[in-house]
Amino acid sequence: MVTHAGSLLELKAIKKSFNQNHVLKGIDLGVRAGEVHVLLGENGAGKSTLIKIMTGAYQKDAGEIYWEGLNVQINNPVDAMNLGIATIYQELNVIPELKVYENIFLGREIKKGGKISLIDHKKMKKEAERALGMLGQDPKIADRILGELGIGQQQLVEIAKALTLDAKLIIMDEPTASLSGSEVEQLYKCVEQLTERGIAIVFISHRLDEIRRMGDRITILRDGFKIDTLNVKTTETDHWIELMVGRSLDEKYPKQSFTLGNEGFRVENLKVAGTTEPIDFSVNYGEIVGISGLVGAGRTELARAIFGADKHEQGKVFIDGKQVKIKSPKDAIRAGIAFITEDRKSEGLLLDQPLDFNIAMANMKKFKNKSNLVNLKAIRNEAKNYVKELKVRPDDIDLHARKLSGGNQQKVVIAKWLCTKAKVFIFDEPTRGIDVGAKVEVYRLMNQLVESGAIVLMISSDLPEILGMCDRVLVMSEGKITADLAIKEATQERIMKAATGVEEASTEQFIKAATGG
Amino acid sequence: MSEAVIQKEQAAEEKKSFKHFLSKFGALIGLIILVVVLTFMSDKFLTVNNVMNIARQSSINALLAIGMLLPILTAGIDLSVGSILAISIMTMGIVSVNMGMSPILGIIVCLAVGAGFGLLNGLLLTKLRLPHPFISTLGTMNIARGIALIITAAAPIAGFPFMIQYLGREFVGPIPVSFLLVIAVYIVFHIFLTRTQTGRHIYAIGGNKEAAHLSGINVDRVLIIVYTISGLMAGLAGLVMVGRVNSAFPLAGLSYELDAIAAVIIGGASFFGGVGTVWGTLIGAMIIAVLRNGLNLLNVSADFQMAVIGIVIIAAVYVDVLRQRNSKKN
Repeated sequence: MVTHAGSLLELKAIKKSFNQNHVLKGIDLGVRAGEVHVLLGENGAGKSTLIKIMTGAYQKDAGEIYWEGLNVQINNPVDAMNLGIATIYQELNVIPELKVYENIFLGREIKKGGKISLIDHKKMKKEAERALGMLGQDPKIADRILGELGIGQQQLVEIAKALTLDAKLIIMDEPTASLSGSEVEQLYKCVEQLTERGIAIVFISHRLDEIRRMGDRITILRDGFKIDTLNVKTTETDHWIELMVGRSLDEKYPKQSFTLGNEGFRVENLKVAGTTEPIDFSVNYGEIVGISGLVGAGRTELARAIFGADKHEQGKVFIDGKQVKIKSPKDAIRAGIAFITEDRKSEGLLLDQPLDFNIAMANMKKFKNKSNLVNLKAIRNEAKNYVKELKVRPDDIDLHARKLSGGNQQKVVIAKWLCTKAKVFIFDEPTRGIDVGAKVEVYRLMNQLVESGAIVLMISSDLPEILGMCDRVLVMSEGKITADLAIKEATQERIMKAATGVEEASTEQFIKAATGG
Repeated sequence: MSEAVIQKEQAAEEKKSFKHFLSKFGALIGLIILVVVLTFMSDKFLTVNNVMNIARQSSINALLAIGMLLPILTAGIDLSVGSILAISIMTMGIVSVNMGMSPILGIIVCLAVGAGFGLLNGLLLTKLRLPHPFISTLGTMNIARGIALIITAAAPIAGFPFMIQYLGREFVGPIPVSFLLVIAVYIVFHIFLTRTQTGRHIYAIGGNKEAAHLSGINVDRVLIIVYTISGLMAGLAGLVMVGRVNSAFPLAGLSYELDAIAAVIIGGASFFGGVGTVWGTLIGAMIIAVLRNGLNLLNVSADFQMAVIGIVIIAAVYVDVLRQRNSKKN
């Protein structure tokens, strides 16, 4: 039998697909004891799927897993736990109403002997205190209600839980995404404590400065392939980004260019609730403007504030130079704004209603006849036209929205907004989760919209999509617009840098270059 | 288009419409089967007299049920309708009998008190942001019942003027006026729900509240309307009740909300909102009335009737669960 000495966990040629979608195409990965191993890749590169295979949440289709040199099967999360693999998810798996030590031993409470097997609170508390102490935490917090602690400390409680499980490998999915500066420092210290004890850490992060600070080795994934595993200390950040995004823009993006017109849409001094800095930007006729940035950069929040879905504290919105007052989505729609939301199932569609209802629902007023009743026939006719025009398949307006594929559902959502006669279209991740063919159709629709004199804004985490379809890109980071780049000047590297907040100085230079300042 | 293609399309259309028919008229088929079975089991069942009796008996629940349909369509519930019925008729009694004022004023007070408590339900839900209408209407259920008992010192009121009794007591030919009222109200509700902007918005909110909000629908306004109408219907049902029994008592309508909910659910509405029809609700109310009447004719005790209705509720919803599971598989 072949053993793989030196590696705690060794993955060999791991493959995984969902339906026809190949997410992992033969990935090799070795994790050594006591190292911090970073996984880096764009959205959809396969990081999360790979992690879920390690933790038993998904099963691999092909490939082998070795643990301490032995070939193992991880069929479910319990198998992973028994091997010594623990996971700290971005969404914490905790019960805020319970005490810290009760959370640490949730589901595996220590019991006293005897027939009635009562829970041994004392012993659980003591064990919890020991684990917290190992992480450099005040052991006394073991007795506190978990919900009273900050998010950072709650996360440390989860790590303490992993310690009480005798974990040898702890997987962390974007652990610093929701932490404050001082909490991040605390996490760094804990990770140092863990690696000194020989515990391996695998973590996913988009923050390049953080990777440089914490990581020992970095594995870069792209399109379901492992591109390379590098030593963090001896390689350049630019090199990682190149490897991560290096892919050509081919026929996937049917970009059409139009003559740039006047300014049609402007946001002035808009302050989104919960952020510090007001936002200004404008969009001209004839261009598609992309909004790029990492998850959590505040892009959706900006769109929701413009649209009146969330309250904004201050700011003005102008369409064709005229100010429009927006306090609710109703106001926004009246002003001619459409918001194609990120999550079409939970925010866009009535899944158990037919397509004609879905298409008409944002503008029932339009179908009222003289006696103030809704003209059902007019709705059907209008819906039929849109279904035909947008090539919705199947083209049956009586079908419930639930029955359609993601791409066709998206077309129905777009039809809903076309039906409101909107002039400004804000797309939020318009092609997420839809197949390549439908993506191209959505892009063509954007072209048509621009051609017919609409303003188009597209929020997207898909960099190639931004570069392939937009004329200009705004990059957001931590609630601010950190770059405004004409597409000719915008490289993936520049956008990534502005989005991750590395090299602030050079980001400023980009802004100056882009605005001619 | 070639003939073969047309034929194929027609066949597909027919197949679809049959399935459509089944899913739409499942409750109706249940009602028909029930009527056929009872006709065979009792020769008193299918007589003009008995049918009109059923129509009259069903009318109070039918009016409460159509009011209840609206909150349920928005994925809500209204537990207070039985109590609102009581406070509406007690205030009407005080105005028209105790104080001897005009019956028209009494009727207006009855409907206004019903609508007013419904409005209160809507405001509690949307303005105080109580987490679920189960809670706000549970509160008003107790408040309304309490007030009904307090203002009358728990004593019934009898001797209502003819005009107030008309709806619940009189007949047009063999047909009870209360049932004609039910039919008229159901037609109005059908038009309201299918053909008005607010009606369509009710379905949109029940289907997906967040999507409705982001589609520019004023969700709070629609919910306030929904609960106000439900209260109004409780007042109207009370008016019919006073005519039938020629008196108003403060414990009237106790637990009537449960029969109303049962009618809506048996009629095919989804407890999770967005799905349900006016005619389904009517059939649901009729199924409950026919069952009660039929079991009475067969000399089945009231206790046993309760158990049977419980079984019917579970069976009706289970059939729906099966159907949905099938349609998801396809």
